[in-house]
Amino acid sequence: MGTKRLGKYSKKYSEYISAFGVVIIFYIIVQIMAAAHVLTSSFAGQLIPVCAYAIMAVSLNLTVGILGELSLGHAGFMSVGAFSGVLVYTNFSAFMPAWAAMLCAIVTGAVTAGVFGILVGVPVLRLSGDYLAIVTLAFGEIIKNLLNAMYLGVDSAGVHISFKDAASMKLAPNGKTLINGALGITGIHKASTFTLGIVLLLITLIVILNLIHSRSGRAIMAIRDNEIAAQSIGIDLTKYKLMAFVTSAVFAGVAGVLYALNYSTLVATKFNYNTSIQVLVFVVLGGMGNITGSVIAAAVLTVLPEILRVMKDYRMLIYSIVLIIMMIFNQGPQMIAWRKRFISKIRENHSTGKEEH
Amino acid sequence: MSLLEISGLSISFGGLNAVSNFSLTMEKGHLYGLIGPNGAGKTTIFNMLTGVYKPTGGKILLDGENITGKNPEFISKAGIARTFQNIRLFDALSVLDNVKAGLHNRISYGMMTGIFRTPVYSRKENEMTEKAFEILKIFELDEKADLKASQLPYGQQRKLEIARALATDPKLLLLDEPAAGMNPNETAELMQTVRSVRDQFGIAILLIEHDMKFVMGICENITVLDYGKIIACGDPASVRSNPKVISAYLGGN
Repeated sequence: MGTKRLGKYSKKYSEYISAFGVVIIFYIIVQIMAAAHVLTSSFAGQLIPVCAYAIMAVSLNLTVGILGELSLGHAGFMSVGAFSGVLVYTNFSAFMPAWAAMLCAIVTGAVTAGVFGILVGVPVLRLSGDYLAIVTLAFGEIIKNLLNAMYLGVDSAGVHISFKDAASMKLAPNGKTLINGALGITGIHKASTFTLGIVLLLITLIVILNLIHSRSGRAIMAIRDNEIAAQSIGIDLTKYKLMAFVTSAVFAGVAGVLYALNYSTLVATKFNYNTSIQVLVFVVLGGMGNITGSVIAAAVLTVLPEILRVMKDYRMLIYSIVLIIMMIFNQGPQMIAWRKRFISKIRENHSTGKEEH
Repeated sequence: MSLLEISGLSISFGGLNAVSNFSLTMEKGHLYGLIGPNGAGKTTIFNMLTGVYKPTGGKILLDGENITGKNPEFISKAGIARTFQNIRLFDALSVLDNVKAGLHNRISYGMMTGIFRTPVYSRKENEMTEKAFEILKIFELDEKADLKASQLPYGQQRKLEIARALATDPKLLLLDEPAAGMNPNETAELMQTVRSVRDQFGIAILLIEHDMKFVMGICENITVLDYGKIIACGDPASVRSNPKVISAYLGGN
């Protein structure tokens, strides 16, 4: 029995090792490529988005794969995180060091997205069924349209806001426009770095994996597997659903800040329905509940369209073929059996190798 | 004061009186059977006892505490645990984690303790693992702790459900058709297990069962339900010979 208990623990840690391993190896490869000057500019430009989308996928996996609720508005949380974070960064970096402003921006983005997560989650997660999918879908669209129509400025009299046009903000001549409607926020100082992205991704992985492998995570997965039974053993359904959903929203906010501070302009339409679905595709293809899978799927499927640019008209064709191959590899019963055989073979070789030593 | 006092319990769905004026008293350590033809309202009573349904009338007292119409979490904490007619396990979780989930309110620590992995985390988790193995051993499931619940054979899934219910440290355990789908050997083994659970944990057990050999062999008292009403009540021998019970089961006048 002792060995069996040990087996359980090594299995548990393998999830951490594979997730961190993938991220760290990716980081090292990129650093080597950069040092060897083989990093193309188009690929280098994808590095921060890759990190942001990996954080998005891992956090959405907490809602979709671990809690078992469908969320179709994850980009909405990314969006509120991005806008609030950028506003804080541009205003704070004037009087504090860049790293401190960045930290403030990330915390603000996380908190804002978390607050919206609570606002959406509290009424909806009390119900069971597919309501979350419907409400998050609406939330994503509403946020996008609101931010798209929002004019925000500041002058000596205070903050001005309008949803009509820039003139109706009645900004004093010396005032500063912060959000310019559909043009969004312009003139952002690019502050995100690849290393920061990797650090944030690692923090996301630690927090979410730790949460999953704790009492709370067990309660969340129990709700996913059987709501009625979970309730019968005294698990507070609303509390744990909300815990998973809000944590997921918080990290979407962090991803939003990271993503937005990589570009000079930020427009609300970037975070539309397609972005939400794209992140959901990462989660589904990486395997629901499989955290490492989410990271890999997000990285591959973010970089792929750029690499495939050389294929011109065939780009989306190849992209969809890759999607199908990934789907078969991850979810096909034959492939799962083959992978299991492969892994156990490696383990066997490994253990016999050890005995020989 | 009795452990469980149910008086005048009723529920109606629209115009249908599913259960009317149901009363029952149970003492600590009692093994009580609830039988009746299909659709008599037995599971409905379980659902009212565990807070899944809100009764439209009557009163449920557990250890003197009024738990009528309270929500399932509250009732679980108050000390009632149950199993389900159609097995409801956490299929994707390991056998061990199923029982650890049952320990949720008994050994607890907060979300942040879990995320930041403070020393409290490992202490509490070890405590949970130990306790869970203790319970699993009773059901001879400790060797299978690492398997997923869905990988267990049917009979062991039934046992795991009881183990999970016991993990909540109940005063009263409700078993909904524990022997359903079991062969005679498994049923005999289950009878032993149920008895030893009662003796070891000193809890009261109320069970619904269609297997008469099981009910008659194990229960000290039996209540028979038909169309939501009590038609007989007493020890196995008197219930067995009651003409009302015979006609409810076999038909006729």
